[in-house]
This record gives sequence, C-alpha cells and structure tokens, in this order.
Amino acid sequence: MSERRFAAHGPSTVDAAPAARLAGVRVLRGGQALLDGLDLAVPGRGVLALMGPNGAGKSLTLRLLAGLVRPDAGRADWGGAATPPRPQVALVFQRPVMLRRSVRGTLAHALATYGVPRAARAERIAGLLRLGRLEALAERPARRLSGGEQQRLALVRALGAEPRLLLLDEPTASLDPEATAAIEALIRGATEAGTAVVLVTHDPGQARRLADRVAFLHRGRLAGEQPAESFFTAPAAPEARAYLDGRLLL
Amino acid sequence: MQDFGAAFAEAFRLIVTAEPALVEIVLLSLQVSLSAVAAACLVGFPLGAFLAVARFPGRGALVVLVTALMGLPPVVVGLVLYMLFSAAGPLGVLGLLYSPAAMIVAQAVLVTPIVAAMTRQVIEDLNTEYDELLRMMGAGRARSVATLLWDARHSLLTALLAGLGRALAEVGAVMIVGGNINHVTRVMTTAIALETSKGELALALGLGILLVAMSVGLNAAVMGLRGRMAHV
Ligand SMILES: Nc1ncnc2c1ncn2[C@@H]1O[C@H](COP(=O)(O)OP(=O)(O)OP(=O)(O)O)[C@@H](O)[C@H]1O
Ligand SMILES: [Mg+2]
Repeated sequence: MSERRFAAHGPSTVDAAPAARLAGVRVLRGGQALLDGLDLAVPGRGVLALMGPNGAGKSLTLRLLAGLVRPDAGRADWGGAATPPRPQVALVFQRPVMLRRSVRGTLAHALATYGVPRAARAERIAGLLRLGRLEALAERPARRLSGGEQQRLALVRALGAEPRLLLLDEPTASLDPEATAAIEALIRGATEAGTAVVLVTHDPGQARRLADRVAFLHRGRLAGEQPAESFFTAPAAPEARAYLDGRLLL
Repeated sequence: MQDFGAAFAEAFRLIVTAEPALVEIVLLSLQVSLSAVAAACLVGFPLGAFLAVARFPGRGALVVLVTALMGLPPVVVGLVLYMLFSAAGPLGVLGLLYSPAAMIVAQAVLVTPIVAAMTRQVIEDLNTEYDELLRMMGAGRARSVATLLWDARHSLLTALLAGLGRALAEVGAVMIVGGNINHVTRVMTTAIALETSKGELALALGLGILLVAMSVGLNAAVMGLRGRMAHV
C-alpha cells in the first residue's frame, strides 16, 4: 500500500488516543431501545473484536462508529470531533453494497470520491486489485461477482480510503479458508500501518488470531470488554462465557 | 375492400420508394419529438433526481403533482400553449404559433413529467441502497446524485424511450399549436388524421405503418434494456 495519510501514533498500543468513543449511547426504534447505555472506546491502534449473538446490536454499533446513525441519547466522538473524519472512517457492511459498475469502475469511483488526484488513480487501482486478488475480475460487473469476491472488493474499496479507523462487519462470513486467510493478512497489514480496526465476528478462532481486545455485546448492552488473551480463557461477563461455551442465550 | 387493398399496396409503395412527401413528414416528426425529448430529459433527469434525494417541506405534494402530470391530456396542453402563443397571448410576441418550435415546446411539456416521475422513482430506490455507502465514503450531494444518475443509466434510458413514444404518438397538442401546415408543421400523427378525413388512405396508412413500427421498435428496445438491467 502507498504511504498512509495518518502516521502511526507510535509503537505502543496503550498510549494511543481512542480512535472513536461512544458514551451512554442509546438508539431507539419504534419505542424500543436497540442499544442502551452503551459505552465503548475504540483504541487508536490494534484490533478490537466485537462479539455477541445475532441481534445484539453489533452492526448498529458499527453504524454509530461510522457516524451513519445518530444516537438518540448519549454521544459519539472521533478524537474529540462530533462528526467522523470522512473518508478516514471506513465501514465494510455486512451485506456489501455493489455499484452498477465494473470492479475497476467501482474502485475508480471510490478513489475519485475519496479525493485521490486523477493522475494517481490508475496506479492505486492496480495496487488495490492486487491486494484483493481481483486482477482477473477487473472488468467484470461488480454485482455479478460471487459473495466472497464482493466482500474482497468491498474491503479493498474501504482500504483505498487509507482509513484511520476501519470497521469490518463479518468480513469473512462467506469466504473459503484460503480467502479468509488472505483477508486476515489484509487486516494485519492495515493494523501494522497504524489503522485501528473494529472487527465484528462470530468466529472465536478469528477473534483469537486477530484481536487485541474483545468487547462483548448482549441485547444492546456492553456485557464486557477485556484483553483478548483473558477473554478466551476467563471471560468476565457470564453472557460471554455462555456464548463461548456454545450455550443458547435467552 | 378493393379500395383498401389498393390503399395498402400504395402505402407500401410509398414506404419502399421513400416517397419524398412521406419522408419529409417522418423527418419533421422525428426532429420535433427528439428535440422535445432532449429538452424534457435536460429538465426531467435533474428534477427527478432532486425530488428523489432532497428533503424539504412540500416535497411530497410536488412528487404527487409531477406524477399526476404524467397523464396530462395533450389537447389541454395544446389549448393552454395556444392561448400563450397566440397574437393576443402573453408570449405572442415570440411569433411561435404554428411553428415547429411551438410543437417542440408542447411535446416537451407533455414528456417532462414522464421523465421526471420515472427518474424520481428509480433514483429514490437506488438511493435507499446507496445512501449509507455514499455518506460513509464522504460523497457530497453533487457526487451522490452523479453516482445515482450514472448507475441508473439503463432505467433512465427506459424513461427517455417512454417519453419518446409518447411524443411521437401524440396528436392533440401539435395539431393545435402547429396547425398541421403542409411542409411546415405537418407531422405523422396530424397527417394521418388529415389524410384519413379526406379519404386519402394510402399516405395515412404508410405513415401509420411506420409509426407503429417505430413504437414497436421503441418498446422492444425498452424491454431489451430491462432484460439487460436485471443482470447488472
Ligand atoms: N432500523 C431499524 N429499525 C428497527 N429495528 C432495527 C433497525 N436496525 C436494527 N434493528 C434491530 O436491532 C437489533 C440489532 O441489530 P444488528 O443488525 O445490530 O444486530 P447484529 O448484532 O449485527 O446481529 P447479526 O449477528 O445477526 O448480524 C436487531 O434486533 C434488529 O432487528
Ligand atoms: Mg450484524
């Protein structure tokens, strides 16, 4: 990848300022609280895994962190700013949104939107195609790609923004093991370049491989947040313990 | 029956030999209707896109109005424009009455709501799909609308062809504001009406066959585009 617009904060993962923070966030829809009293600080570096059962509010939390949904109560901030820096906060949706364009056209559109100068785009597109292993598919309509290919395209489209904060909603959910390994390598690469990552995953193995910290959501509340090592051996929240044991949560 | 048979034979002869009288009328029809559709798209695409993405008080009423205007009766449009363009009317000084320009205006008025309403629908649907992505990527209003218009290009072409079909088939408005003057404002539909009333069926039939062929061709193109869209 080319040089990052935002330099890494330093070697330590502890002293970096949070990339984003949710404080006392509540989201109401139809008189029901989908998220309630959610406090979450996304570290400025490393990978925060966001886990929890279906419907816990993980995707909604990512939308809040991307500034796409405004909290009905509480606040969200990005390094003190009330709105996220665009396009340096990039969200890869659980169901990728594909334009009616070719793979190459999709990336060209993204780079133009991100404000990349026209002269630099062709080279950047070639780099992103290589990164997503999409070279052979460059001229294909994006919407005719397989589910896994679309997910790879969506990820490199996000990386094209050289994001400071990368929000990934189950990025390997429909990928084969080899493609999963490739995506995980991309995530590691982004992290090493100083990008903060929030990774929603249902795969404890993946969280164990990638995450520095794990936050566990349950029914719209943060049930616990702790370093990854201790999460998998001694999860603090009883709901997380039950989830890892594979027991049904009611 | 004998007469009808002869009329058909003569109609085909007019078409096959590209009879100058027939060609002149067809070309004027195409010139008027294509100009009107171009003008309607110039207004209708941006207007429809604006109605799709903008949020302002009265937007709902405006959407209903534009959609309702799709069914404007051509003779009423003709009547209103006749009053505007007639010597005593507010736009009389322009001297447009009984000119091709007046016919273009009339058809543009009829087609613009069709293009705008179809564009609004298509862009609004696409926007529900794209909105979060575009906001997340930092696309401003202008880039968002440009993205939506480009990605809806097949549907917008469908709207254009629907408008062209309406313009070519319309007779009431161009008859009133054009006056059906030979060599000046006589188009396919008005010529058919006149020739039929005179009992001169050959030219009427020739033009009618061509008009139906053009309409079928347009609709085939529309369906072909719809089919292709399903794959993209
Ligand atoms: N706009 C909305 N209106 C009403 N309910 C909503 C809305 N968006 C989300 N929800 C509800 O909020 C809850 C949380 O949704 P969310 O998509 O965040 O779950 P999730 O944790 O990502 O689940 P999964 O693991 O299945 O992806 C769900 O019960 C969902 O039905
Ligand atoms: Mg989800």
